[in-house]
Amino acid sequence: MIEAPTITPPDAAMPRGKALRRGLAANPLLTVGGALVLLIVFVAIVAPLIVPFPGDAGTATHPFEVLKAPSAAHWFGTDNVGRDLFSRVLFGARVSPVIAMIVLVIACLVGVPLGVAAGFLGGWVDELIMRVTDVFLAFPPLLLALALAAVLPASLTSVTIAIAAVWWPWYVRLIRGQAASVTGRPYVEACRALGLSRMRIIFRHILPNSITPVLVQVSLDVGGVILTASALSFLGLGAQDPVPDWGLMVSSGQSYFTPDWWMVTFPGLAILLTAFAFNLLGDGLRDLLDPKRSLLP
Amino acid sequence: MTAEPELTAGRDLTAGRDLTAGRDLTAGRDLTGTPPLLQISNLTVRFGPVRAVDGVSLDVAAGPFGLGLVGESGSGKSTIGRAILRLVRTSGGSIKFAGEDIGSLRGAALKAYRRHAQIVFQDPDNSLDPRMLIGATIAEVLRAHHVVPRTAITERVAALLAEAGLDPAFAQRYPHQLSGGQRQRVAIARALGVQPRLLVLDEPTSALDVRTQAHILKLVARLRSEHKLSYLLITHNFGVVSELCEQTAVLYLGKIAEIGDTKVLLRAAAHPYTVALRSAVPEVDIAGRRSRIVLPGDPPDAANPPSGCVFHPRCPLAVDRCRTEVPVLRDAGPGHQVACHRAEDVLAGAEMPTRRRPPAIERPEAAASSELS
Amino acid sequence: MTGLARLAISDLEVSFGSRQVVSIADLRLDNAEILGLAGESGSGKSMTTLAVLGLAHTVGATVSGSITLDGQELTGLPQESLRDFRGRRIAAIFQSPSTAFNPVYRVGSIVTKALRLHGATKSEASDRAAEAMRQVLLSPDLMRRYPSQLSGGQLQRVAIALAVALRAEILLADEPTSALDVTVQAEVLDLLRDLRASIGMSILFISHDLAVVAELCDRVAVMREGLILEQGPASQVLSAPAHPYTAELLESVPKLASTT
Repeated sequence: MIEAPTITPPDAAMPRGKALRRGLAANPLLTVGGALVLLIVFVAIVAPLIVPFPGDAGTATHPFEVLKAPSAAHWFGTDNVGRDLFSRVLFGARVSPVIAMIVLVIACLVGVPLGVAAGFLGGWVDELIMRVTDVFLAFPPLLLALALAAVLPASLTSVTIAIAAVWWPWYVRLIRGQAASVTGRPYVEACRALGLSRMRIIFRHILPNSITPVLVQVSLDVGGVILTASALSFLGLGAQDPVPDWGLMVSSGQSYFTPDWWMVTFPGLAILLTAFAFNLLGDGLRDLLDPKRSLLP
Repeated sequence: MTAEPELTAGRDLTAGRDLTAGRDLTAGRDLTGTPPLLQISNLTVRFGPVRAVDGVSLDVAAGPFGLGLVGESGSGKSTIGRAILRLVRTSGGSIKFAGEDIGSLRGAALKAYRRHAQIVFQDPDNSLDPRMLIGATIAEVLRAHHVVPRTAITERVAALLAEAGLDPAFAQRYPHQLSGGQRQRVAIARALGVQPRLLVLDEPTSALDVRTQAHILKLVARLRSEHKLSYLLITHNFGVVSELCEQTAVLYLGKIAEIGDTKVLLRAAAHPYTVALRSAVPEVDIAGRRSRIVLPGDPPDAANPPSGCVFHPRCPLAVDRCRTEVPVLRDAGPGHQVACHRAEDVLAGAEMPTRRRPPAIERPEAAASSELS
Repeated sequence: MTGLARLAISDLEVSFGSRQVVSIADLRLDNAEILGLAGESGSGKSMTTLAVLGLAHTVGATVSGSITLDGQELTGLPQESLRDFRGRRIAAIFQSPSTAFNPVYRVGSIVTKALRLHGATKSEASDRAAEAMRQVLLSPDLMRRYPSQLSGGQLQRVAIALAVALRAEILLADEPTSALDVTVQAEVLDLLRDLRASIGMSILFISHDLAVVAELCDRVAVMREGLILEQGPASQVLSAPAHPYTAELLESVPKLASTT
């Protein structure tokens, strides 16, 4: 009475390369998003080698080249102290996205374990964690970050810490709900009945099944963190000139916007592109991780 | 029992369908000497103010043996199954496995117990992790309990799947690629991985198509004889226990209404609820179609149980005594116990109305609670 | 089969693109008859229900063939006209009563709202709703409850009350008792029989459980992979099945062995 499987399996013998291409073809979001992110990373790495005016990303100033419109010599024009904007924007890929990544990694490293613990264990642990989280959430994020940044010496590191400190509570709340819901599912109860240890249940069952909203949120937050960092920089609490932080460039370019639009526009577009790329990547990852939708075995 | 005779008219029920092929399951076994594998004594489980299980005592003999636990929503049957697996906290009474109290087990001892007793849940759609391959799900259990050395795991997974009637290639599939019946087989294969002596089957076929139900039940019968398995078969359908369980207990609102030899309960029940439950099972028997006994109302709210006998508001034979006095389990024959004041009348064939007395319009009582069993 | 059939299906084909899931040559529901459509999951029985209700397109399926209600052709009618039919001429109840009701509304208001949508005045609606509740043996006081406060059996009866209130004379019941306890199931089946006797309701009863079909239905059609394998009077089909699949379904019903 042995039943053979009635569904045709994805070809188990397919070579990895072909399987990968198949998977990517079925997942355009992942492909495009992934490609863009890789592009940004690539730019960040090779910036010093390819930009026409590497010094402009640092302390160089050119008083005679101030506020030149985009041209063949300066593709993105120059800023208020004559620095080549193209060089600065490309160098910015080494700054803003990196801050965003560090902030979000910290937020996850703190927020996810707390959220999973709260959701899985329930009871007083849940209460305790959620009440502490609520306290942090009660503060307007920008004000809290401001307060923290004001206490710390003005620098990129301070901005990173300040924003991370404000960002983690959202992840606790986000994953706690998922974790609690997954904990209640029959297969988790089955794991308990089968004698699996709590650690094993958490890492092999709860976490993989509740992490997806966090991944999506992370991808959405990249743009948000960059903007928050720029606000803090604008207020003088974070990156200081001449660091080529996109947010700082947008902030300082504001007053020159009419008629010298390029100071704001190009860094702004860079932020947009980065946020968009991570967004797509996030969506693609979500689909990839859902066994019901993915074609990868 | 005036309602019963037509059932057996002209039908040899043992021909070809009785899984025990006409054998008396208890013949030749001296059950009085051997200690039961599982002993539940006066078990009580409370969820807040609600007594989901209220003073239940049951024994499950060593295998091969099947105990049926029949009841509807709110009867506490699933809670008992979970309590046996230490998945809910009990509020009173004890559960002993092979003589040892399982309530006090901790850590490694508790984990060891989980090799002896396992459970298959009702919902095949959600009892497997959707993100794990079938093979990985089963392997996880084998690994956690060190059932076989690492190198032998793949082979054992294949063997378990085959035992449950599935091609080993299923190990490379995800749960959503399987049908409900196949998923249930995987759940059974997984439970068998630890080689348990006792298996709790919680409504294993309720969510399945009728042919799949039959296949799963046949599988249970085969495993029973191959592994000398003991099992507790929890269901709301009497038809399911009749072929697989030597003994059956009928539960109502957390208490045992009647318990005894399955065949006796089917043929000569002593509790009106058992009779009604039996009569409610749809049968294909056209020629001798008899009228159903229809019980008025729905199972009551467990947070607000009726006084006296909890069944009295729906009971066709209720008298004043039933409203005030809680019936205790008493003997109604060898190995047969019943908790009913009017058991003698039931056994003597008291008439139970087959239609509602002038349609009793259902009044709202306290808000119906969600399923507790 | 005398007189005009209440519901007549002929040459019905329901497909998802090139994949055909239903192919019924001939199926009729006569007046005050309970017709059983027996089949397992994947047999196409639920798609048939959706096709009859004109809702197959909502799941992306295409329908061809003829479905007539009291002689009137339903296929090809625009949605506005079909809305008139749904609920009022032909009602449906489904398997999961707890998910069939919007949890934020009291059950009574769901019934009265449906009545008002089909033209009743406020007071008419409330009277008819109360009367329908009594017909399904539920106290009208229960109308004030939210779905979460009623049991599965009660909810299923409210669903039937909705059909009764709208004076639907044809009821499509898709596995209405599969999710219910066995004694509650017996009650609901009893109720359906009563409705047929008292108001002459014609019922298309769909189920995978042949025993339930045997209990309730006058005629039976057995469906598998979109095709009707056999149909006829219940007593005939179920005691002497012509098709081996029917025999297999019958064989699978748990038998209550009750002799020594």
